Amino acid sequence: MKKTSVDDSNLEVVAGNGLMHRRLFLTQSAAMAGGLGLLSAQAAVSTPLEIPPWMKAPGTHMSPYGQPSQYEQGVQRIVGGAPGVVGSGVSFTPLEQLHGTITPNSLHFERHHSGVPNIDPDAHTFLIHGMVERPLTFTMDALMRYPTVTRIQFLECAGNSGGNLAPTARQAPLGVLHGLMSCSEWTGVPLSILLDEAGVDPSASWALAEGADAAAMTRSIPLEKMMDDAIVALYQNGERLRPENGYPMRLFLPGYEGNMSVKWLRRLKLTSAPTMTRDETSHYTDVLLGGKARLLTYPMGVKSIITSPSVGLNLNGPGLYEVTGIAWSGAGKISRVEVSADGGNTWAEAALTDPVLSKSFTRFRMAWRWNGGPAILKSRAIDETGAVQPTRAALISEYGERPNYHNNAIQTWGIAENSGEVSNVYA
Amino acid sequence: MFTRKFIVTLCCGLSLIFVQNLAAQEGPGLGVPITEEDLAPWDISIETDGSGLPPGSGTAQAGESIYIAQCLACHGVEGEGQPYDRLVGGHGTLDQLDQVRTVGSFWPYATTVFDYIRRAMPFNTPQTLSDDDIYALTAYLFYLNGIIDQDDILDASSLAEIEMPNADGFILGYPL
Repeated sequence: MKKTSVDDSNLEVVAGNGLMHRRLFLTQSAAMAGGLGLLSAQAAVSTPLEIPPWMKAPGTHMSPYGQPSQYEQGVQRIVGGAPGVVGSGVSFTPLEQLHGTITPNSLHFERHHSGVPNIDPDAHTFLIHGMVERPLTFTMDALMRYPTVTRIQFLECAGNSGGNLAPTARQAPLGVLHGLMSCSEWTGVPLSILLDEAGVDPSASWALAEGADAAAMTRSIPLEKMMDDAIVALYQNGERLRPENGYPMRLFLPGYEGNMSVKWLRRLKLTSAPTMTRDETSHYTDVLLGGKARLLTYPMGVKSIITSPSVGLNLNGPGLYEVTGIAWSGAGKISRVEVSADGGNTWAEAALTDPVLSKSFTRFRMAWRWNGGPAILKSRAIDETGAVQPTRAALISEYGERPNYHNNAIQTWGIAENSGEVSNVYA
Repeated sequence: MFTRKFIVTLCCGLSLIFVQNLAAQEGPGLGVPITEEDLAPWDISIETDGSGLPPGSGTAQAGESIYIAQCLACHGVEGEGQPYDRLVGGHGTLDQLDQVRTVGSFWPYATTVFDYIRRAMPFNTPQTLSDDDIYALTAYLFYLNGIIDQDDILDASSLAEIEMPNADGFILGYPL
C-alpha cells in the first residue's frame, strides 16, 4: 500500500488511533501538493536520472482493441466453479487491484447458472406477453432504435460477502471476500416504453423475466420496479454488452440483487403473482434462525468496504496513509461514510468523491497516521434514507453464524503491530 | 410511462436529457404482434396455481428408471446428492444451523419442481425430456420425499393440488 512519510504534526486528528480530518482530502490538491507530495520527496535518496530505453526508439503501432500493459497481466478475475459443470459458478472482480468506481468490462464479476450462451443478435428475439393487450416480439435491430437512458450503477450478487458470516474469518484478497460486485455505466431502453407499447393489463402486478441461456434463468420482478427504473441494457461502459454480461441484451434493475437482472433476456410474461421459480424459492432466499426463510428480498442493503488497506495490501512502516474504499446502497445515494481505526470506539467522517450517484459506487477517502501499533479498521456507510450499515453481530443474531445472502455487514481489517500485515477479522 | 419518482430523479440530475426522454418516451413502436399459438413454445413457465402445466402424466414408478438414466450421475442414488445438489430428505432440519435444504425439506411450491426440471434439466441436455417424463420424474422426487405414493398419478390437476411440507416456512420480503 502507498505510504507517505510526512511530518503531519499540523494535521488535525479527529478520531482514535490516528484518523485525520477529511479536510485533507476535500482540499486535496492543496494538501497533497503542499503537504504530502512535497514532504515525500525528502525521504528519497538523490540519484542521477537516466534516459529510459523506451524513449530511444519508437513504440509499437496502434491496435484495433486495446489491452492492459504487460505489467498488469496479473489483474484478473478470480474464477470459481464446480468441476464438470462448465460455466456454472462465479468469477470475482479483483477489487483490491482497482480504483475509482467503474469496473472494466473484462473484470466485471460473473455468475452463470449454466454457462455463457453464444447468441447471434440477428437470431435473438425478445417476447413480451401474458397479461398484455398485444403480445409483441422485438428484434435487436428494432430495440436499437428505441430511446435510451444512461446511468452509472452497481450490480451486486445476493451472495456477495456471504462467506464472511461463516464462523471462521477467511484470509483471502478483497476480491475473493467481496468481489461479486461491480459498477458500470449502463445504457438501455426503459422497460416502461416497451411495456406501454404492449399495453399492460391493469390487474397485472408482476413480470417474469427469462434468459436465453441453458438454465433459462428466471425471476419474477415487481411490475412497479419495471415501470420505475428498469432497463433493457444494451451497452456497458460504452460498448455493447460482453457475452458474460448478457449479450445482446439483459435486464438491469438498479439496486436489486444481481441475479434478478436477468442476462440474455428473451421473455417477459406479465402475471398477477410471482411465479416462484427455483431461483427465487430454493435459491436466493435468506435463511433465518429458527428455520424460516425470507424470500423476495430485493434491494441490496447499504454497504461499504475499505479496499486499501485490505488483505495482501499491507502497510509498510509507520506514517501517513490514505484509507480508501467504496460505498453503495440499493436504496439510493450514499450520504455519509465513517471510518474507525480503533475497532469502532470512535469514528470519523470520510471524504466522498464526486459524483455521488444513486445506486452506484461512491469512493471514499480518509487520511490516517499509522503509529506502527495494532489497529482495527472499519468503515460504516449511511444512505439517503438514513439506513446505517449493520454490524456482523447484528446480522448473525438474525441469520445465525453461517454463509447467507444479503450480507451487508461492516467489514473489519486487523492491522498487525510493526509488520503492518492486514487480516480479515471479526471484531 | 415514467413514475413520479423517476421523473423527479431525472429532473434533479439531468434536466436536459429528461426533456429529450419525455419527447421520445413513446418509442418508435416496432414491436411485432404475435399470436398465443405462435408464442406457446416459449411459454414454459408454470405458475403456483398450476396454470401453464401441460397435458400428460406420470408416476414415481415410471420416474425411477428415467431418474437412473438422466439424473443419478449428478444427484446420487435416490436423490441423496453428490456430486451435486441433494434432492431428498433433510426433513426436520431447518431449525438447525447445518440445515439440509432439499426439494422435500425446503421447496415451498410443487409447481416449481416441474418448471425447473423442464427448463433447466438434465444439466447438459435441458428442454429435451417429454412432458410425461417430467411428470414422472417430479412424481419420483415427491415419492422419495414421502409427499405422494409410488402409484399416485401426477398430472396438471393433481400436481397443482400438492402442498409441500415447507409451504409455510417462508416470510415474504416484498409486499404482494
